[in-house]
Amino acid sequence: MARAVTQKRKIINTAAAWAVGLLIFFPILWTILTSFKTEATAVADPPVFLAFDWTLANYHDVLERSNYARFLWNSIFIAGGSTILGLIVGIPAAWSMAFVPSNKTKDILLWMLSTKMLPAVGVLYPIYLIFIKLGLLDSRTGLIIVLMLMNLPIIVWMLYTYFKEIPGEILEAGRMDGAGLKDEILFILTPMAVPGIASTMLLNFILAWNEAFWTLNLTAAKAAPLTAFIASYSSPEGLFFAKLSAASTMAIAPILILGWFSQKQLVSGLTFGAVK
Amino acid sequence: MGRITLEKVTKSFGEVNVIPPLDLEINDGEFVVFVGPSGCGKSTLLRLIAGLEDVTSGAISIDGTDATGLAPAQRGLAMVFQSYALYPHMSVRKNIAFPMKMAKIPEDEQKRRIDAAAKALNLTDYLDRRPGQLSGGQRQRVAIGRAIVREPQAFLFDEPLSNLDAALRVGMRLEIMELHERLATTMIYVTHDQVEAMTMADKIVVLRAGHIEQVGSPLDLYHSPRNEFVAGFIGSPKMNLIKGEAAQSHNAATIGVRPEHIAVSTTEGLWQGTISVSEHLGSDTFLHVHEHGLGDEPLTVRVGGEIPVKHGDRIWMTPDQERMHRFDKNGLRM
Repeated sequence: MARAVTQKRKIINTAAAWAVGLLIFFPILWTILTSFKTEATAVADPPVFLAFDWTLANYHDVLERSNYARFLWNSIFIAGGSTILGLIVGIPAAWSMAFVPSNKTKDILLWMLSTKMLPAVGVLYPIYLIFIKLGLLDSRTGLIIVLMLMNLPIIVWMLYTYFKEIPGEILEAGRMDGAGLKDEILFILTPMAVPGIASTMLLNFILAWNEAFWTLNLTAAKAAPLTAFIASYSSPEGLFFAKLSAASTMAIAPILILGWFSQKQLVSGLTFGAVK
Repeated sequence: MGRITLEKVTKSFGEVNVIPPLDLEINDGEFVVFVGPSGCGKSTLLRLIAGLEDVTSGAISIDGTDATGLAPAQRGLAMVFQSYALYPHMSVRKNIAFPMKMAKIPEDEQKRRIDAAAKALNLTDYLDRRPGQLSGGQRQRVAIGRAIVREPQAFLFDEPLSNLDAALRVGMRLEIMELHERLATTMIYVTHDQVEAMTMADKIVVLRAGHIEQVGSPLDLYHSPRNEFVAGFIGSPKMNLIKGEAAQSHNAATIGVRPEHIAVSTTEGLWQGTISVSEHLGSDTFLHVHEHGLGDEPLTVRVGGEIPVKHGDRIWMTPDQERMHRFDKNGLRM
């Protein structure tokens, strides 16, 4: 028998869901609101919520002081580049693990995941030195490589889970029907894996876009993406909250819009396998 | 055409030996059924013939040509899978066309064959649908259509009906048999259902733990099973196998009597027993009878038509001596 859902229960569930949703969204909402306040209102005690003099002055200041377009372009370049590079490395890896597994495949997958358990700062020093040696410091290429490596375990895991869901019999049917390896990949596997590859791409683009540790530590001026743009508005003294908020809003706006339009794809990507 | 020979074929997965050395001859145009309990290696054997698994040793030849090392596509065989294994992102038309596309058959010939197959399989109205929009029976037809258009040397069926409901299964069984009559192409069919094996096969191959227990026509197996295993596996309801004193009186370790070869009477007979369950099917009545002298297993008795007996009734039973099977202590037919 299906579990009875009473009207009361429905209301409680809905209210709880909204409460959790708002709780998660509140910091972003507060940042956006603060970006329209004057520096004085931004730090007012008690804080003001909506009843203040809305102003665009912070955006003017920020756009005047820094080259937003350059940071934006760096972000797109680095997030996009690391995602594409990650897929180029990750697809064949996940492919072989899903379709021709060895008895060590599970261990390798776990080992890859375990690299995410190390705090990034633990390898900052060696990576910094390597970057100096290779001349990659403050270069977009260097950041693309580092971010790709950071996200690679997730890329491989997600793709592996997707590929695992493709029934082996369909591939065998293809083989019986005369498809060689190339035809099998081109006509059967790839079309069936497209939703999975798309979700992986989206999630990794977002992760790379928001990555702040490496982008802040390995860049100075040339390759700095939007994370560095935000950080440049934090200062140890004086009033900076409103301008910092304006910078943050401008930095997250593109990714928020992207997320909004692809939310269906994202949700299905993250819950894949659980609901089917 | 479609003559397939297996010579000393073995298959091991790591340490586990699934198929011991096995020889088998399948003639052109024959409908051969591999039957056996789950895990007997029947699907593995089919996959070895298909080329989806490599033999560990031995040789497989198709039409006199050694096919042991050939890729599945080069063997000229078509396969219908248990899960249908249709391409979910392609329309029915594209699914059926796929093997022809791979074989680079000209478009107009492709179209002609698709139309012919669709007509034969009642799929004409569904050609532009995706597999997800079809019922189980229709999907199975598409899978068969995809196999037909290649005009293969032989068809391989891997439990194709086990995902269908009972009524549909009988219908599809007839369709596959008609297809065989029409095409006269070799068909190898794997099932665990002995009714399918009996009704469809020209030749049944009974397998147990990778070994061939017996090869023969359905009635050969029914009338003269080579051993107790085949005797118990072929026939429905299954043969009564009786050990002990009753068997010794026939100079055998075990005697086998089919449920339909036992006469029932309320007044006289050889064995007397108590009915534990009676199943009234209308056309037949199956009785499960306890006779203490014959061991703990109840005897199954089949009576034509209806007889007014119920749980707890005492009846007499007499086996047909002519149709009794005798087995020695190794289970082999005497």
